[in-house]
Amino acid sequence: MALNREQIAKRVAQEFCDGDYINLGIGIPTLAANYVPKGIEVMLQSENGLLGMGAYPTEEQVDADMINAGKETVTAATGASIFSSAESFAMIRGGHVDLTVLGAFEVDSQGNIASWMIPGKLIKGMGGAMDLVAGARNIIVTMTHADKHGNSKLLEACTLPLTGVNCINRIITDLAVLEVKDGAFHLLERAPGVSVEEIVSKTAGKLIVKETTPEMQV
Amino acid sequence: MAGFNKVVHSYAEAMAGLENNMTIIAGGFGLCGIPEGLIAQIKTMGTTGLTVVSNNCGVDGFGLGLLLEQKQIKKMISSYVGENALFEQQLLNGELEVELTPQGTLAEKMRAGGAGIPAFYTATGYGTPVSEGKEVREFNGRPYIMEESITGDFAIVKAWKADRYGNCVYRHTAQNFNPMAATAGKITVLEVEELVEPGELSPSQIHTPGIYVDRVIVGQFEKRIERKVLSSSL
Repeated sequence: MALNREQIAKRVAQEFCDGDYINLGIGIPTLAANYVPKGIEVMLQSENGLLGMGAYPTEEQVDADMINAGKETVTAATGASIFSSAESFAMIRGGHVDLTVLGAFEVDSQGNIASWMIPGKLIKGMGGAMDLVAGARNIIVTMTHADKHGNSKLLEACTLPLTGVNCINRIITDLAVLEVKDGAFHLLERAPGVSVEEIVSKTAGKLIVKETTPEMQV
Repeated sequence: MAGFNKVVHSYAEAMAGLENNMTIIAGGFGLCGIPEGLIAQIKTMGTTGLTVVSNNCGVDGFGLGLLLEQKQIKKMISSYVGENALFEQQLLNGELEVELTPQGTLAEKMRAGGAGIPAFYTATGYGTPVSEGKEVREFNGRPYIMEESITGDFAIVKAWKADRYGNCVYRHTAQNFNPMAATAGKITVLEVEELVEPGELSPSQIHTPGIYVDRVIVGQFEKRIERKVLSSSL
């Protein structure tokens, strides 16, 4: 079975390391905050200027001056700091954020990512995505393996305008965990009950498959 | 001359000198930390042909979205503009121009502008549509693009507390783009929640030193919340 959103988020959270500073994009990446593995401590960065993002507030805690990058009301965790947008992107662009997790429309076997613009549709902007993919030490993309028409989103070369080049290390989809290196996708894990053949058929870019591919633990 | 007393008592005084076709740098992220009264004053003045540099463009009927209603904005320089229908309509009609800029590059353009740095190199946007027409230079084997800084005729800034010298502090994530905007205006106007006596703010905790600030006005803020999400609603 293909993973649902929560299961993808759960698998993403297994990539978190103790002491990591992490920026989570909107959607599935944000859900991963609910599944931080027991016994480790991570700090979430929100690019509007908050390091140490806490839980959503109670009605009494709601404060219009306290929001995350998705413009949602939030709280600050213990140990948090708040700063300007320039400071926020200095830590992103300076390589101080350990891990960025974000969604995408397409990723290709060179590690290029397209996530912000579909020509012919209204363009809303890239927000902080281009800075995050240029700056984070490790970048994970979460997305469905194929679009709703069954077309692969893991391509030989992205067809949409790029967000960043040669920057994606790892992809976690509803079907598989893959690594991107040396111009190819490398299959690391498959979703429980999903066959290697299905993953092969839904991966348009060059895919390297080992003799055995373990199932994800989710 | 008022010496270092930068306090003005009307919005008309606060925005005096604003003319058609000027560039305004505005602080704020979404509707958080926006100079609500100064934006409303620009609407009242009816100034047109404006270039507005701001991370977002408000929403329909609030924030910078108000300036779209009378077509006062000619060009927006922003990182994300997906929150209002009027914006979309004017963009599609060709009545509005938009220069989409990565958020960190936008913040750095303001910071550099205020610091007298005309341009800088960044890896952000290399190999994407953002890099088109820009100089590419390699440092330590990695390609970077040159981005030019931004300054404005006016900077409109929202702060929490300020004294009459223009020293100010911001509250929580309402800080966002405000400190950089404050440095990048030929005329910088602070709209604040509270005016405090000089000396009340600890000198070592000032976010924006008064040297950047020309005018201070005490405002009334609605502080609209764009997305109220509660722990109990999950």
